Amino acid sequence: MAEIIEVNDLVKVFRNGVRAVDGVSFTVSKGEIFGFLGPNGAGKSTTLRMLSTLLRPTSGTAIIDGLDVVRDAREVRKRIGLVAEKMILYDYLTPYENLRLFGKLYSIEEKELDKRINELLKTVEMDKWKNERVKNFSTGMRQRINLVRGLINYPKVLFLDEPTLGLDPHSSVEIRQLIAKLNKEMNITVILTTHYMEEVDALADRIAIMNNGKIAALDTSENLKRRISEETILEAKVTDSAGALKAVRALEYVRDVSSSDGVLRITGQGRDFVDAVINSIKSTGAKIISIKEVEPSLEDVFIKLTYGGE
Amino acid sequence: MGIKSELSHTFWITWKDLMELRRSKMRMAMMVLMPLIMMAMMSFMFPSTNSVSNIPVMMVNADPGAMGSGIVQALEQINSASGMMVLKNASSEEEARDMIVEGNALGAIVIPENFSQILTTRSSTVNITVITDNSNPQISQMLSQVLTQIIDSMGERYAVMGLEPIARNIGVNPVAMVVPFRAEAKGVTEGGSYVEFVIPGLLMMTMISSVMTGLPRAIAYEKDIGTMNGFLAAPISRFSIIGGKALGRIIRGFIQGILSLILAIVLFRINVYGNLLAIFAILFLGVFSFVGLGIVLTSVAEDEETASMIIMTLTLPMMFLSGIFFPIQMMPSFMQTISKWLPFTYAVDAMRRIMVFGATLGNVYNDVLVMLIFGIATLIIAIPVFERGMTR
Repeated sequence: MAEIIEVNDLVKVFRNGVRAVDGVSFTVSKGEIFGFLGPNGAGKSTTLRMLSTLLRPTSGTAIIDGLDVVRDAREVRKRIGLVAEKMILYDYLTPYENLRLFGKLYSIEEKELDKRINELLKTVEMDKWKNERVKNFSTGMRQRINLVRGLINYPKVLFLDEPTLGLDPHSSVEIRQLIAKLNKEMNITVILTTHYMEEVDALADRIAIMNNGKIAALDTSENLKRRISEETILEAKVTDSAGALKAVRALEYVRDVSSSDGVLRITGQGRDFVDAVINSIKSTGAKIISIKEVEPSLEDVFIKLTYGGE
Repeated sequence: MGIKSELSHTFWITWKDLMELRRSKMRMAMMVLMPLIMMAMMSFMFPSTNSVSNIPVMMVNADPGAMGSGIVQALEQINSASGMMVLKNASSEEEARDMIVEGNALGAIVIPENFSQILTTRSSTVNITVITDNSNPQISQMLSQVLTQIIDSMGERYAVMGLEPIARNIGVNPVAMVVPFRAEAKGVTEGGSYVEFVIPGLLMMTMISSVMTGLPRAIAYEKDIGTMNGFLAAPISRFSIIGGKALGRIIRGFIQGILSLILAIVLFRINVYGNLLAIFAILFLGVFSFVGLGIVLTSVAEDEETASMIIMTLTLPMMFLSGIFFPIQMMPSFMQTISKWLPFTYAVDAMRRIMVFGATLGNVYNDVLVMLIFGIATLIIAIPVFERGMTR
């Protein structure tokens, strides 16, 4: 069976009437890293919480490894791991004790558990700290322990809810490398939510962009970028960016303009797009210092799908 | 999933909670300090006749005769044994009143000018006036009671002395002529200080609040910081979670309860008449009867703040209405009615009867029944409420 997760028309309406997830369907293959990208409140965490049996769906189904997340919740729980931005770690316990506690809750036999804990702590290079209290660790160290804590039951599917939120860039890169490594070495399917573009871009095999409780697009990073490639993106450095911005924005070829540090980023399409942009900037009296065409980034796709366009 | 693994999960969650407690120096210190401060407060705060001392009292002897100074001497003698008062002389009733009004004295004893004269002629009775500071009602009431008693019995003794020759003539006991009968008040057991009244209730309260307030707060806290998700996403029964947490709280409460009991016996020398096993049985029954309520509150409270607010609103009236600090009979009747509906009242009552009166479990079967019924009823309500609250 290649599809380890099958989600069909999943809906979550909260008691206060908010429709957080509004008919989401997708499948995930075994061994895949599947990323959810979206602005705050898009419904990515709610989707993930339903898949990890923490929330009961209002309607629709989610099947993990052939088991229904509502009906067979307990069996599903044996097969999944959960790592969230709010770390599941106890400060007064040591890394070893934290992992042991959760190992016991998964009814792992003592000898096997000891072996796993030592192995996992070694993987994240925390084995020399295994008997120190978590209280004194840095956020990066904690997240590394938290990550392997979610792996104590050798899950088939690992859910990562914003795993690098609040980490410094260095720690974030470290955690990302770890996720990629675990995915490859242990053949774990990873479901990831984040609002960092570079995170999904670097890690995910496929990306679902969520907005208003719906999946706005679902594809590989390359295909998503290609989707808007009929558009051209220009970066122009000009002398009077404020005036130029106004003039460019008025053009009918232009879909989006932004400006930072005197550099205008202009997105649009049409045969005369480049010509029209250059002319309109010049007509304001501003000088163009440099102009170049750039590749679309995932951010452009994200913005087009969640705020503009559709 | 067998019962054995459910129990193992419960145990590990309890272990985690107790470990967190043991490793926090502050929490450990508080656990010992809380019952100590509580006990100390209760026993020192409320006056009992034999613990009050050094009350400043003005002595006014306007009587030039020998009788007045005899009374003064006798009073001084009695007082030097108990140390209850500090007697100071004043020249007149007015001066004594001024001293009280100024706050320099809490009472006065006034022997009138014609005291010796009336006593020797026995033409009528004469009063020794006891004046008290009624802005201080507790001391005032106690002082007037004690002094009235002392002075009355001095009067009796004087009467007996006067009657002695006549009584001897007709062959009767002179005391029987003056005071033919008396009331004799006896407790079921000895002792009966305020501390002894309060401690059983405090003990019960420590234990019960540990589950009733500690449980919702502990679970709400874990929800807030997100660690609850670790338990909820694990393949364990929801009852292992609540059971593990509750057990941790019960053990903590029990340790505190025992500690309070030992402190009370060692520091305040209270007498425990009841069977220790019966005391433990009631402690556990009391806790059991409140686990259900604790779970309901847990399910209702969405975060720690809400949990704390609900708990405060519930426990404060319960504490005062259940008769821990004041006898229920001293409350207005509508409050007595409310009190009858609080299961806490029965837990406190049972504990007090066993500790102070040496009652057996059979003697308090009524209380036991109420606690059992309340415990089972709330648990029956709590189970579905909790399950729904956990998987929204």
